[in-house]
Amino acid sequence: MAGKPTLHYFNGRGRMECIRWLLAAAGVEFEEKFIEKPEDLDKLKNDGSLMFQQVPMVEIDGMKLVQTRAILNYIATKYNLYGKDMKERALIDMYSEGVEDLGEMIMHLPLCPPDQKDAKIAQIKERTTNRYFPAFEKVLKNHGQDYLVGNKLSKADIHLVELLYYVEELDPSLLANFPLLKGLKARVSSLPAVKKFLQPGSQRKPPMDEKNLEEAKRIFRIK
Amino acid sequence: MLNIAVSIGEIFWSLAHRRPRVPGLQTARWAPLCGSGHSEWSQFDEEFLETKEQLQKLQDGNHLLFQQVPMVEIDGMKLVQTRSILHYIADKHHLFGKDLKERTLIDMYVEGTLDLLELLIMHPFLKPDDQQKEVANMAQKAIIRYFPVFEKVLRGHGQRFLVGNQLSLADIILLQTILALEEKIPNILSAFPHLQEYTVKISNIPTIKKFLEPGSKKKPPPDDIYVRTVYNIFMP
Repeated sequence: MAGKPTLHYFNGRGRMECIRWLLAAAGVEFEEKFIEKPEDLDKLKNDGSLMFQQVPMVEIDGMKLVQTRAILNYIATKYNLYGKDMKERALIDMYSEGVEDLGEMIMHLPLCPPDQKDAKIAQIKERTTNRYFPAFEKVLKNHGQDYLVGNKLSKADIHLVELLYYVEELDPSLLANFPLLKGLKARVSSLPAVKKFLQPGSQRKPPMDEKNLEEAKRIFRIK
Repeated sequence: MLNIAVSIGEIFWSLAHRRPRVPGLQTARWAPLCGSGHSEWSQFDEEFLETKEQLQKLQDGNHLLFQQVPMVEIDGMKLVQTRSILHYIADKHHLFGKDLKERTLIDMYVEGTLDLLELLIMHPFLKPDDQQKEVANMAQKAIIRYFPVFEKVLRGHGQRFLVGNQLSLADIILLQTILALEEKIPNILSAFPHLQEYTVKISNIPTIKKFLEPGSKKKPPPDDIYVRTVYNIFMP
């Protein structure tokens, strides 16, 4: 059906998953064209479809968007998930970037050499409980509202809740002392579009396993 | 993990954090910004971090949302996270295009350029043995992946600026990156005539020209003192 965005990426979370979450939360149906071998990626490059020769790439509204943040910002603006003015946007940006910093650490864990993994996990847990979760818990506590910015669902809430799920996968106890974050997670998860996305059979991708990792390394020619 | 206190938007805001501003205290120095067709002069203060204790004080005082710098105090907010700061300034000074499509194009160009600029920012902190190899890597990325895109854009529309025929954040970040690269690889633009012309033209915009002159707030290339200072402040 013309009009549905098309996502170009490999069949795994990586840098596309936050885009899947955002589209899903916005209630936007999307198609996916999975890159399954290096040749698929080469074809996209040779087609001139990838501005900087990289994925994620999302075909939407006649454009071939690249760069995760640019894609997220476009979707958020289009579906009113980016606040009502400049100042709200600044807060949403700040919170989203903080989520991304922690999310990046978690995303890179599978690539971590085995002898460094324990130290890395410890660092992630430390940052989660001492830096990021307290910051967001405090934001929610200070204004007492249901959502992070402007008393309205925004991309910041969606990115944060996605992150909460990943932290839970790593260690569920990390959320224990953050009641407002737990509340946000429950609230956002029960929104119809998000609830649907959280169910089995949706386009949400599972955690990376060995097979998935090998596939990604092969496609992106990572040694 | 090293937290690097380098502001990516160096042409706007240099390596700095800002202490809460005392009302009425104004600095005498002005940093010009250019906004769509008219010149806007924007002044800013700088508070330089030199010791770990200063960073600690900022953290303990709850001035840093994620305990990190850069932080810019502006319009009653304590903004952290480079992109958030850049976007806010760009929005405020009409450097983000006229509509969503232009904004998105600017976003894409900026994000791509920042990937390249990030390599430059990290470079002084690599082991000396790796630094030389990395210069080659940066040059390759610039010449093969990034510059051809912008060369083609400029050749395609023949306009002075990357997007919408007016100065935007994309131009500022690209200029900064080109100038920083030229410090390491002087002939990096040799295969890109449109980018060469572009660099000269953007550099000559009066407000930017002023910022590029000696005595401005633009910071010099990183040296050993810079690297040592950053390690002292940020290493646990």
